[in-house]
Amino acid sequence: MRGKQALTHFLQIVIVLFGISFFTFGLTYLSPGDPAEIMLTECGNIPTEELLEKTREELGLNEPFLVQYGNWLKGVVTGDMGISYSMKVPVVQKLASCFWPTLQLALAAVVLMLLISIPLGVLSAVYQNRWIDYLVRGITFLGVSIPNFWLGLILLSIFGVQLHWVSVSGGRSDLKSLILPAITLAIAMSAKYTRQVRTAVLDELHKEYVMAAKMRGIKEKVILWKNVLPNAMLPLITLLGLSFGNLLGGTAVVEIIYNWPGMGSMAVKAISCHDYPLIQGYVLWIALLYMVINLTVDWFYHRMDPRLKEEG
Amino acid sequence: MLKVRDLKVQYGNQAPTIEHFDLDMKKGEIISIVGESGSGKTTIIRSILHALPYQTRVAAVTLEFEGKSLLSMTNSQWSELRGTDISMIFQDSGASLNPIRRIGKQYVDYIRTHRKMPVKEAAALAEDMLAKMRLPDAKRVMNSYPYQLSGGMRQRVGIAMAMTFQPKLLLADEPTSALDITTQVQIVKQMMELRDTYGTSIIIVTHNLGVAAYMADQLIVMKNGRIEDKGSKEKVLRQPESEYTKKLLQAVPELEGYRFV
Repeated sequence: MRGKQALTHFLQIVIVLFGISFFTFGLTYLSPGDPAEIMLTECGNIPTEELLEKTREELGLNEPFLVQYGNWLKGVVTGDMGISYSMKVPVVQKLASCFWPTLQLALAAVVLMLLISIPLGVLSAVYQNRWIDYLVRGITFLGVSIPNFWLGLILLSIFGVQLHWVSVSGGRSDLKSLILPAITLAIAMSAKYTRQVRTAVLDELHKEYVMAAKMRGIKEKVILWKNVLPNAMLPLITLLGLSFGNLLGGTAVVEIIYNWPGMGSMAVKAISCHDYPLIQGYVLWIALLYMVINLTVDWFYHRMDPRLKEEG
Repeated sequence: MLKVRDLKVQYGNQAPTIEHFDLDMKKGEIISIVGESGSGKTTIIRSILHALPYQTRVAAVTLEFEGKSLLSMTNSQWSELRGTDISMIFQDSGASLNPIRRIGKQYVDYIRTHRKMPVKEAAALAEDMLAKMRLPDAKRVMNSYPYQLSGGMRQRVGIAMAMTFQPKLLLADEPTSALDITTQVQIVKQMMELRDTYGTSIIIVTHNLGVAAYMADQLIVMKNGRIEDKGSKEKVLRQPESEYTKKLLQAVPELEGYRFV
C-alpha cells in the first residue's frame, strides 16, 4: 500500500511537471521578440543578419516547435537547462547560486514569524476579549496594513542610513545582512499568522475535550500546551506550506530593496532581459518546490493525525 | 453530603435558565434528573462543578458539598476537587478526550495530575481500572485513539476514568443516550454496581425515563428550569403531583400492557 502510494505521488509529480514545462516553453515561444537578437544585443553591439542567422542555428531556433521543446526537455532531464542569455552562465548553476540565499532568508523569516505569532496568537486566544487580546488584535491589524516595501525602506533608513548597523548597498548574503530582510518579511507574515493562530486556538478551546479535561482537574497550562496547541497547529500547517513555497519562490520586493541575491530579484532581472532559458528554468524549479512542499505537508498530516493514518 | 438551596443560574442577560432549585443528597444515593431538552437539567450538574461558560452567573443560598461551600472556591481548589471527590461522565466520553492523543497518555496525565507517581505505575492503575470496567484487553485500549473504540467501550473508558479516585459524587450527563439499547443496559447496570462497590453517590441526568426510573432512589422532574416534581421514585411514578409528570408518564410506550418504567 505504502509503495503504491509513493509511486502514484511520483507519477503525479512527473505529469504535472511535464505539463508545466510544456506550457512555459510554449508561452515563451509565443512571446514576441527574437531570442537570438536579444542575446546578441545584450553584448552591446548591433548584430548583423549573418550573425543572427548563425546564432539561431546554434540555439536551434530554426527547428519546429516540438523539436525545440524536445531538445530542451532532453537537456532538462539530464540536468542541463541551457545557458542564460543575460548572464552567460548555465541556468542550473544560476538557479543553484540564487536558491541558497533565498532558502536562508525564507527559513529565517518563517522561524522569526513563528516566534512572534504563536505566543501572541495563543495569548490573544486565551485572554479572549480582555485588554491583551484587543492590544494584539490592534497590532496585527496595523501589521497587515503596512506594505512590506515601506517597512523595508523605513528599517533600512533607520538601521542602515542613520545607525550604520548594516550596509545599505547589500549584495552580500551573510548573516548580518540577513537580519533586516528576514525581519521585514516576518513582520508582515506575523500579523496574518497571529490571527490564524488565535482563531485556531479559540476553535480548539471550545471543543468538548477541553472542558472535560478541566472537569478532571487537569491544569489549564497542561491542557493548553499538551493538547490544545498541538491540535491547533494542524490547520496551520497547510498555510505554512503555502507561505514557505511563496518565500522560496523569492520575494522580489524585499530582495530588491535589500539587494539580496536571491530567487526573487533574479526572476525579475530574467524577465526584464527576456532571458527565456532562465525564466523557464525558474518556473520549473518553483513548480517542483511547491510539489515537494505539498507532499511534505501531506506526510506531516498523516503523521500528526492518527485518523488519517488509518485511511491511508 | 450535597445540599443545594435556591439555585439560580443565568447566562448573560437572558432569563434565568434555572430557578429555585433545591436538592438534598445522602451518601450512596442515586438521584435522577429527568426533563426534556432545554429544561436545564445539564446546567444543574454543570453548576455543581462550576463548569459553565464564562459570564454565567450562578447564585444560591446554599451550595455545599461535604459541608464546604462550592460558591467561593479558587481555581486551584477546583482543580483539586474535580476528578477526585467529584467526577463527571459525559454523553460521549469519546468527545471528552483529545482525538489525536492516545487514551493511555491522557489517562496517565489525569492520574498524575492528582497523585504524584511514576508513569509506569499510573499506567498500571489505569489498566487496572479499565479491566474493572470490563474492558477486555486494557493494554490495547490504552494504546488506542478515541475514534478506534465503539460507543460502549468509550463510555466504559469514561466511567473507568471517572472512578479512578473513587469519587464521593459522580455526575453523569446523559451517559447512555448515545448508545444502543443492549449497551445502555450494560452501562446502567455497571453504574449501579459502582454505588454498591464504592458507595458512590450518583446524579444522573437523562431524558430517558426508563433509565432514570431504573436507577434512581430519588427522581426530580424538570421543565423550563424549574422543578415540576420530586421525591422518591415510587412517589413520583405512582402518585405524580404535577400534570407534566403525568403526561410524561403517559408518553412512555406500553408493550403488551406493561409499562417500561
